[in-house]
Amino acid sequence: MSGWKGDKMTTSPITIYIPRDAAALSVGAERVVKAMQDEAKKRGVDLKIIRNGSRGMLWLEPLVEVVTAKGRVAYGPVTQKDVVSLFDEKFFNGGAHALGHGLTEEIPFFKNQERLTFQRVGMIDPLSLDDYIAHGGFVGLKKALAMTGADIVQTVTDSGLRGRGGAGFPTGIKWKTVLNTHDEQKYIVCNADEGDSGTFADRMLMEGDPFTLIEGMIIAGVAVGATKGYVYLRSEYPNAHKIFGEAIQIAKKAGWLGKSVNGSGKAFDLEVRLGAGAYICGEETSLLESLEGKRAIVRAKPPLPAIKGLFGKPTIINNVMSLATVPWIMANGAKAYADYGMGRSRGTLPIQLAGNIKRGGLIEKAFGVTLKDVIETYGGGTASGRPFRAVQVGGPLGAYFPASLLDTPLDYEAFAAKKGMLGHGGIVVFDDRIDLARQARFAFEFCAKESCGKCTPCRIGAVRGQETMDQVIAGETAKLGLVKELCTLMTDASLCAMGGLTPIPVISALEHFPEDFKPAHKLAAE
Amino acid sequence: MASQIVNELKYLEGATLPILHALQENFGYVDRRAVPMIADALNMSKAEIYGAITFYHDFREAPAGKRVVKLCRAEACQSMGCEDLVHYLETKQGIKIDSTSPSGHLTVETVYCLGNCALGPAALIDGALVGRVDKELLDAVCAERPHERMEG
Repeated sequence: MSGWKGDKMTTSPITIYIPRDAAALSVGAERVVKAMQDEAKKRGVDLKIIRNGSRGMLWLEPLVEVVTAKGRVAYGPVTQKDVVSLFDEKFFNGGAHALGHGLTEEIPFFKNQERLTFQRVGMIDPLSLDDYIAHGGFVGLKKALAMTGADIVQTVTDSGLRGRGGAGFPTGIKWKTVLNTHDEQKYIVCNADEGDSGTFADRMLMEGDPFTLIEGMIIAGVAVGATKGYVYLRSEYPNAHKIFGEAIQIAKKAGWLGKSVNGSGKAFDLEVRLGAGAYICGEETSLLESLEGKRAIVRAKPPLPAIKGLFGKPTIINNVMSLATVPWIMANGAKAYADYGMGRSRGTLPIQLAGNIKRGGLIEKAFGVTLKDVIETYGGGTASGRPFRAVQVGGPLGAYFPASLLDTPLDYEAFAAKKGMLGHGGIVVFDDRIDLARQARFAFEFCAKESCGKCTPCRIGAVRGQETMDQVIAGETAKLGLVKELCTLMTDASLCAMGGLTPIPVISALEHFPEDFKPAHKLAAE
Repeated sequence: MASQIVNELKYLEGATLPILHALQENFGYVDRRAVPMIADALNMSKAEIYGAITFYHDFREAPAGKRVVKLCRAEACQSMGCEDLVHYLETKQGIKIDSTSPSGHLTVETVYCLGNCALGPAALIDGALVGRVDKELLDAVCAERPHERMEG
């Protein structure tokens, strides 16, 4: 891939890449851009800076890449203070430097991945349609435009793609229901309310390769006969909102969105809507209520959103990752995708490695890689250098696992068998300073703050759970029986996953880390 | 001004949130006086509009401080010590989380996840995402001092 850029760049100017991804900006990418421009001017170097997405090696951000004849050479983490020495060492010719890592694509963290959904993220200029098309963009859509809706749905079904938002429901089945439900108006809704702590894959994709999501949504629309799409994006992602909004305008101007998608005669239009800081909106029916302009109160199912969704119309509602994977599947075929993975988890999972970790970032791998491999081989252990103690997988409703469960492969069923869940693929690592009794309390506190309030087990249960955990932490360990009872009730009787899964972190903490719930531990800790 | 915003956006499908966001962006908060205006424009009840304002954490009913720090307190940032920062702000700077300082200079709010989970603790400072937030950075924000990590 880099050769393509390399060929183009045999004459000056020198091309470098500095991400416009929010994570890179959060550690100073913009300041590095400015320092690079100033220094290049001073030295008379003709420098072209392309603002790409992140390669996902977040500990190296801001990562500066230089296009050379051999490929893109990486330097990072670069601060504005390093810019002078980078120029001194002629980094723009790929010169050696203390921050140098050689070819980006040879860095083991990056090299040992199977990047399908993220194939272009960090590689291309996110807002260049030419770049997108030169790297395989719209191949899937063009194929889809020549197929019947039923054939597109069959391809998605055959790929084995399951909802990447957390529930893991087969995407093709959802699509089929919408295809077979007749109505004048249908909708495609993209759930970009990526609220789980430890997750950022949706954000990275929307900032680094927004046209892929647009393409995936158009394919969904073409497949089931929906002409309007909404992306429900959380307001905590202002940078993604900006970049994705620009991408929609570019796609509209170029005729990929609008009354006739690329001249096909099929209409599809797209709009972004901002959430307003409510975690519950990641739950699909609550998201639909929010899009309709109401309090985001969870709906009882049935009716399924596929039959009565947004404004009562048949609606495909999928996570960003699910929709953004569809173009690859259409371009390369269902079998090529299904060839990756294990058991009933087919394809790849964009894993997000986060928390107290030395090398955190985005790792797209075929299902089946073990937690240990991710945390140790990719992550290099804790950031603090202290011993590992626990990992929470799957966001705030996911289980806390101890070291003894690190051989669990990342696979929906393998995690379910250990009473955990993969969720959206977020992995949060903790060192030995974690107190699992406090984490259990936090699980209830979070649920109490974020519950929509519709069903009693969640609304009242979370508050009671928090209070009871306070008593346990204060030494009344006999109250643990009550906590367990409450967990059973919330699991059995909550309307949605918010109340229904809050017990998972609580029970896993109790089961795997009972020592943290003993009074002696509390006294020692305080 | 407010009525202009409402009238421009009222034709959108599900216009409530876009209108509330636009009002807050323009005025810094959603004034109670806007409630009947929105209700009337969208043919919804005042209770429904007020209900929406109070349901979502983003919408304020009063102006915030001059500067707004949204500090992430979700698990990934907990693993990197965000609760120490909360404690530090309260004990050393006298700024209680989820409130505005008496001088009106600074509002510090809890958020759950900013999607910067590998570079925590994270915060949105006046809308700009900052990673690896530490006490020194918070000191600068509290003292209204410029800091190199908040420029650009």
